[in-house]
Amino acid sequence: MFGTQLIDDYARQIADEKQASVLNGSAAGTEKRYQVLHQDYAQPDALRRLAGSIKDHTLHHLGDYLTQAEHSLTQRGVHVHFAETDEDARQTILTILQQHQVSRLTKSKSMAAEEIHLNPFLIDNGVECLESDLGEFIIQLDDDIPSHIVKPIIHKNRRGIANSFLREGVAEDYNDDPQTITRRARVFLRKKYMDAQACITGANFLCADSGRLVIVTNEGNSRFGMAPAPLHIALVGIEKLIPGEADLAVFLNLLGRSATGQQLTVYTEFINGPRSASQPDGPEQMHVVFLDNGRSSVLASNCREILRCIRCGACQNVCPIYRQASGHAYRSPYGGPIGAVLSPLLFGDRFPEFADLPKASTLCGACNEVCPVNIPIPDLLLRLRDKAKREAVPSPAAIPMAPFALLATSPNLWRSAMSMSKAMNHLPLDVAPIKPLQDWLGQRTLPPSKGGDFRKWMKTRRKPQH
Amino acid sequence: MSRAAIFRKISAATAALKTKAPRPEYDASITHSTPKLAGSNLLEIFSRNLAEVNGRALLSIAELADFLTKNEQLRGYCDPVLYERIGSPLAAAGLTVETTYERTRYDDYQFGITRASGAIAESGTLILDDEHTSRRLAALSPWVHVAVLERSTIHRTIGDALAALGDSPNIIWVTGPSKTADVEGILIEGVHGPGEQIALVL
Repeated sequence: MFGTQLIDDYARQIADEKQASVLNGSAAGTEKRYQVLHQDYAQPDALRRLAGSIKDHTLHHLGDYLTQAEHSLTQRGVHVHFAETDEDARQTILTILQQHQVSRLTKSKSMAAEEIHLNPFLIDNGVECLESDLGEFIIQLDDDIPSHIVKPIIHKNRRGIANSFLREGVAEDYNDDPQTITRRARVFLRKKYMDAQACITGANFLCADSGRLVIVTNEGNSRFGMAPAPLHIALVGIEKLIPGEADLAVFLNLLGRSATGQQLTVYTEFINGPRSASQPDGPEQMHVVFLDNGRSSVLASNCREILRCIRCGACQNVCPIYRQASGHAYRSPYGGPIGAVLSPLLFGDRFPEFADLPKASTLCGACNEVCPVNIPIPDLLLRLRDKAKREAVPSPAAIPMAPFALLATSPNLWRSAMSMSKAMNHLPLDVAPIKPLQDWLGQRTLPPSKGGDFRKWMKTRRKPQH
Repeated sequence: MSRAAIFRKISAATAALKTKAPRPEYDASITHSTPKLAGSNLLEIFSRNLAEVNGRALLSIAELADFLTKNEQLRGYCDPVLYERIGSPLAAAGLTVETTYERTRYDDYQFGITRASGAIAESGTLILDDEHTSRRLAALSPWVHVAVLERSTIHRTIGDALAALGDSPNIIWVTGPSKTADVEGILIEGVHGPGEQIALVL
């Protein structure tokens, strides 16, 4: 259909009930997150800019910091691996698991693992791999995909969850009280934690100076997954590096506030090695798998600022397109403004498949205003639109813009078009038998044209006296 | 093989940059939250911020015994190092206190008492590390976790605590009880970890 975006077609395939949940869930708390940041800091924007510049510095010297991090981790007895592609990462992790004869493990929430589709791969290879974050656990029960970075089940309601628990044997009867749902998951997952032979996590940050991996959760699932398990594998995107532990004061303060309106997330765990000799609980062996999977190509592109992202989901919550279209319409683990930039870049050879996403934006700039690392998302969206144009990616739903381009590049044509545009107010456009025009007008009301008024005003305006 | 390829690509990407961002110099005070730090007494600031995240600071063993009894959390674990000072008075108050934690009985412990290595006033955070925590699981699986905190180990800011992280391979900052808002955005406490987070300050 002319005049609509491809994302609209995907959004139309999503059930109304799910869309309503996403709309409510993303709008909720936006005010609170804003207030928390602005009450606590006199100059929150200075803090956001600082965070962005620390990340930029790290990315511009990524080779040095990655070498330093590798060294720090190795010194502490951590096994370090590098995975260039998603396939490399999956194989590396499977090999470690097979060496330890692991047949069951728990996994705490990791966007990198979503990105490389780790779960289905491990399950296909005979490893029982259970998500332990409540939201991700429910996603797994439903064989669904997350629709928000921080709130994976933002598209679900309590009734659907209660039915899933009943269907999958997590509960013996139907109960949709959120507290009961949470208690039932608590009981169910504890047995799994105690029985698991390994724990897989992601990481929120990795400090190059000490090798400390920082993992934050509110539920405590990563802590619980690691406490009884003898083996810990962390999958870490190479863009997660920061220079030193001292920089965490900037990032931890921003992450909690931007993601959920908390000063700090409940559990912030700092790990740089297997458990201490005196400690009976915790992994005896630790592996870090550094994941590239397109990140180094993003670093080489003119959109490298997107690698600053700390996955807080703030841009999704404020985006008018995300709220209406909902996460699944973005066809990737990353929805919303961050996804509109990241997906076309990260899955590089599939660029045409995601080239419509940068157009799924009004360029209102709300995403940049709330971004804790000050990513100029609207600029990046424009650069990607340009890339699509240059690479001549076909755009099935675009309005034909050639007539407009002709008008806009010729001053004389433009002048006469403007003076005639008022006449259009008297034309019966809404019944004109022109198909694309009807499609376009079917979704919006045209304001009356005031064409030419600005030029008249300009002519009558006297030059300022100096 | 992946390693060399990744470093090669990174180095090509960064070598092409016309300018490289320098490491920003900044004063740690930019990360301090003035309203959160209001007050002069570190214990008072810590207790206020802990209460804001639904945790509790208790100042005596009698208060703790009272809290556990009233909430019917009658059986639990206590770090053997703390038994004489804390476990034994609790036992005298009628509570069942064990000094071993058996994994197979993880559901039997209603409370767990372990040592904190410090705290952060600015955020109401308790700091646990591998060396001070007798068992990670005992601080995690019971409904009530009691972290025993020496008043002198409270840091003023998050930055101060980061500067003093130390050498433990595993440190965890705990800021209130375990929680989620995954189901329709409704706040529920006690997801996988404790539903009650207590700091016993001595």
